[in-house]
Amino acid sequence: MSDPEDKLPKSVLDEARKELPKNASEKHVKEVMQRIYQEYLKAMVEPGEAVGLVSAESIGEPGTQMTLNTFHYAGVAEMNVTLGLPRIMEILDGKRQIATPMMEIYLQSPYNKGKDIRKVAQSFKEIRLKDVAAEFLITPDLNIDIVFHQENMKNLGITPAGVLKGLKGIKGSTIREKSDGLSIKPKNKEGGLNDVYQLKEKLKDSYIKGIKGITQVLPVKRENEFVVITAGSSLKEVLQHPDVDTERTICNDIFEIAAVLGIEAARQAIINEVFKVIDSQGLNVDVRHIMLVADTMCSTGGIKGITRYGVVSDKSSVLARASFETPINHIIDASLVGERDHLTSVVENVMLNQPVPVGTGLPGLVTKVKK
Amino acid sequence: MDENIYVHKKVKSLVFQVLSPKMIKDMASAKIVTPELYDKEGYPVDGGLMDIRLGVIDPGLKCKTCGSKLKECVGHFGYIELARPIIHLNFVGVIQLLLNSTCRECSRILIPQEKLDEHKQDVERVEKQSSGGSFRRKAVKELLTDLKSVSKCPHCKAKQGKITLEKPTTFLESEKRISPVEIRTRMEKIPDDDVQLFGISPKAFRPEWAVLTILPIPPVTMRPSITLESGERSEDDLTHKMGDIVRINQRLFENINAGAPEIIIEDLWDLLQYHITTFFDNDVAQLPPARHRSGQPLKTISERIKSKEGRIRHNLAGKRTNFSARTVISPDPNILISEVGVPLIMAMKLTVPEKVTEWNAAYLKKFIETGPDKYPGANYIVRPDGKKKKITDETKEASLEELQPGYAVERHLMNGDIAIFNRQPSLHRMSMMCHRVRVLPGRTFRLNPAVCHPYNADFDGDEMNLHIPQTEEARVEAETLMEVQSQLISPRYGLSVIGCTQDALAGNYSLTKDFRMGREEAVQLLSSVGVTHMHALGSKETVDGLQIFSAMLPPDFNFTGKSRNGDPFVVKNGKVMEGKIDKGIIGEESGVMLREYHRQYGAKAAIDLIDRLFHLGINVLDRIGFSVSLYDIDLPPEARSRIQQVLDKAYVQVDQMIVSFRDGSLEVFPGRTMAETLELRILEILNKARNETGKVVNEFGIKNTDILNMVNSGARGNLLNLAQMAACVGQQAMRGKRIEKGYRGRTLPHFRMHDLRPAARGFIRDGFKGGLLPHEFFFIAITGRDSLMDTALRTPKSGYLYRRLANAMQDLKVEYDMTVRDASKKIVQFQYGEDGIDVAKSEYGKLNVARMVEK
Repeated sequence: MSDPEDKLPKSVLDEARKELPKNASEKHVKEVMQRIYQEYLKAMVEPGEAVGLVSAESIGEPGTQMTLNTFHYAGVAEMNVTLGLPRIMEILDGKRQIATPMMEIYLQSPYNKGKDIRKVAQSFKEIRLKDVAAEFLITPDLNIDIVFHQENMKNLGITPAGVLKGLKGIKGSTIREKSDGLSIKPKNKEGGLNDVYQLKEKLKDSYIKGIKGITQVLPVKRENEFVVITAGSSLKEVLQHPDVDTERTICNDIFEIAAVLGIEAARQAIINEVFKVIDSQGLNVDVRHIMLVADTMCSTGGIKGITRYGVVSDKSSVLARASFETPINHIIDASLVGERDHLTSVVENVMLNQPVPVGTGLPGLVTKVKK
Repeated sequence: MDENIYVHKKVKSLVFQVLSPKMIKDMASAKIVTPELYDKEGYPVDGGLMDIRLGVIDPGLKCKTCGSKLKECVGHFGYIELARPIIHLNFVGVIQLLLNSTCRECSRILIPQEKLDEHKQDVERVEKQSSGGSFRRKAVKELLTDLKSVSKCPHCKAKQGKITLEKPTTFLESEKRISPVEIRTRMEKIPDDDVQLFGISPKAFRPEWAVLTILPIPPVTMRPSITLESGERSEDDLTHKMGDIVRINQRLFENINAGAPEIIIEDLWDLLQYHITTFFDNDVAQLPPARHRSGQPLKTISERIKSKEGRIRHNLAGKRTNFSARTVISPDPNILISEVGVPLIMAMKLTVPEKVTEWNAAYLKKFIETGPDKYPGANYIVRPDGKKKKITDETKEASLEELQPGYAVERHLMNGDIAIFNRQPSLHRMSMMCHRVRVLPGRTFRLNPAVCHPYNADFDGDEMNLHIPQTEEARVEAETLMEVQSQLISPRYGLSVIGCTQDALAGNYSLTKDFRMGREEAVQLLSSVGVTHMHALGSKETVDGLQIFSAMLPPDFNFTGKSRNGDPFVVKNGKVMEGKIDKGIIGEESGVMLREYHRQYGAKAAIDLIDRLFHLGINVLDRIGFSVSLYDIDLPPEARSRIQQVLDKAYVQVDQMIVSFRDGSLEVFPGRTMAETLELRILEILNKARNETGKVVNEFGIKNTDILNMVNSGARGNLLNLAQMAACVGQQAMRGKRIEKGYRGRTLPHFRMHDLRPAARGFIRDGFKGGLLPHEFFFIAITGRDSLMDTALRTPKSGYLYRRLANAMQDLKVEYDMTVRDASKKIVQFQYGEDGIDVAKSEYGKLNVARMVEK
């Protein structure tokens, strides 16, 4: 027999190496490896095992025990995150717009040791004009006067010049700097008060500084380093920030990860996120099941939700698709191309009262028939 | 026995195609011309909708087409010729696509000749890429979207008007209606080669077939009429609908022949279109559904197929079964875990067919002699040709005479027979397990309380189902794959789903807690459990609990683990050296020792051990007694004042916090408003205070009570429950916040508006034993109702998620090359779970490498 070491999966090998004493003799190592290999063979899945259904059961069954409407409030200094069943549904549905996008930004030394942590954290946050202004006034001659909130300006490290730069995009108005703020003169005042009022509202939300999409930042101490947790996410831009540890920084938006880091990263993100939820509910589900779900979702190279538009519509069998949802559409579409159903999965064969081609239904017996 | 040559036919594949008009005509056995159903004598009219050439639904009549009787004749289609072409609702989308993308004049596809090849390749590429049908259609459709805006035909240079669809079935070209006749001629003109460019196979579907000129009439067997008690016939919804179609169609014919004005013909045509549309689907958004006279909408073809109660999900993917039973369950700890108690009356109805051979003929004849009314008897004999003969007192003699090898006897269910036991919802594979029958008196199924957990059953009125496999193959499969012991290790996390629970746990725990017993009594105890080897007890006159427990284990068993409280639990050479036996060792879902035992000695031994442990625990409690009283949660006055102090202090802290909030001096958490910060801080203070009261209860509470045994063994309850009874229930939270809703600015009329103090926002200061104040009672009712709602809303949601998961992954399986693939052999994983390990064969999802290295 060839060396068992070649046949063992990496995770098992790694653990074996860790457990083996440093000074173990070669013979001993070989013996142990042989033993592990024997047990590994015993623990392997058998061909024909319907692993998909087992995984679906393993995730679906504890679903009934999960809580609804849970927002994480455990520690005082944590962000609100959707957890529980809604979060699982969100991930498995392949929703592009998630309820609570979030990032965990790891920093590079020395910032991860707490240097200027507040300042660094603030630099991620998207700042709008209303965050630095104390007052918006519409003067009788239909100008807009903005009074700066000096304290906020200082805290956020924004100069009036910075504000001015950010406001360049406001078209058709002249902006004048004043001692304590700005004065904006709309170009055409024909619209009267209504137009100016609308402009004022638009000004309030105009972007000044920071990373768009990040609405809240929260520096948190994790073990022995500082991490910035944010509400809202923008992985692409955050990763370009010079102080960020790009290897560990992560967000919880699967589609964003797929776009920035690729499908393999998205697959891992699905696994991590789903596992996190299940774990936080105190439920016991093996990662392998979640892996299989993530792999089915990602196997085509893009993220497909477990819905009638996603994974299920990609099934090769007409009857399997029809038995899920909207059977008529599926049958009509199939009839246009003259689709052939080869009856290779489970439901079709159940429908036709035939043995299903998994497990013990797989092998057949070949024998000569006596005539 | 060569008469038993079976021909097994297997459907290898199914093809989906559209019926062509010629096909419809060819497969029809009757042309339907009149809407009348029956003549004066009540006999079906020839050429009517109930024509006997379409099949039989009356007993006694013979089918005119195939000559078979009721139930043998599957029915035959008919057809009607439509006076004018009608658009088929389900093909409207295709028609629209084809009209839009082909020339209005020459019906060629609106792609210049030179680009046709390129497009052809595109279509082929798309078809190769996507395996799923509907996905492919969408992709092909996308390729053709540009053609909508082509204004001049590249082939014949004709100008292209804009085509719009007026839902559901009317097409307009440049605001003018195109008649179905015109649509049909356009469809006819599209050449086969061009049809292929739409991703449509002309063999399966010629475009003009989407416009009906001839309509198949489904056989009467799929729309049987029922005779009411009054003798009146009540027709099926489909028959009603078709009656409408035939009637209007006849009228249309007559009017056309009579040369009626165009308007009348148009009106009738539209009406026919409506009837045919609703015949296919009575749930079209733009049309009023066709109704019965009573106003209830008709159930037409779509409604029959669609949804949970439709043909596909209700009848095809789900089947009904014989040889099954259902009744209430009740516990019986005295039967084995792998057994199920079946009531005698059921055992006499449920039967097992046993083939007669030379060797068992005498044995089987005894059952026939006993007859169907006495147990154990037999109900039927089955002849080799499959004909069943009932055994009665009269036929008994003849049956006995007749019986010979090749026959089968359907005898009553007996002890040791194989049965599949199930409780809904069947969420995982442990919801259907195979048990051995144990016939018992009474009217309920009996099951060992240890198997409650995998079934998620309790005895508050739960009912369960029992199925009796009828063939040898089925029995073998059930026995080897589904029997309780083979399901011990959950594929979800790799630990035993069956273990000790409730009093069995508490009993075993008591054993390991300063337990002493006279040797003689210990021997009694162990023998009552079924242990015969007493060597573990030693030779002293008194034995301790660990020794008694050790007597259950084989002498070569070694195990090291941890109890729930973190203490080590060590078994050496079959002797428990130290540790406490609790849920973490022998409990369900967590019993580590059970997993190790299972690995070393196998499934059968493991289930035997659980059986014995269960009995031991119960018998121990039987002997030493177990009772809980109010006294158990009594606290000394000192402790009570300590608790009050703790709570008072917290109240003061909260008051201070509120004051600083009101004057604005509260330090705000980053990224939060001041009000949010206040809430968080108050919650923190109150939770801390409650936990502290828990500690006081732990410290001063009476030790060594049975209630504590219960908690510490993991049998029921936890320390928090205890503290809630003895000291303080604590903050009632809704959606992670203190209770805010209710009246304007306050929760209950007991409080002033905007009162932020703990008591006004759902903090329950009293314990359950001391009793709650009225407002506290309200608060706990609020959270109680909220959690009820949560459960009620969650169940359907998670059920749907489960259904989707199961549907999406049902075809994934491990192939012989160890890859995980779907039904079309696409690889999903190269190795299952990245290491090929089956969770159900793993130890908590892993290989225990450390142990293997050590050994």
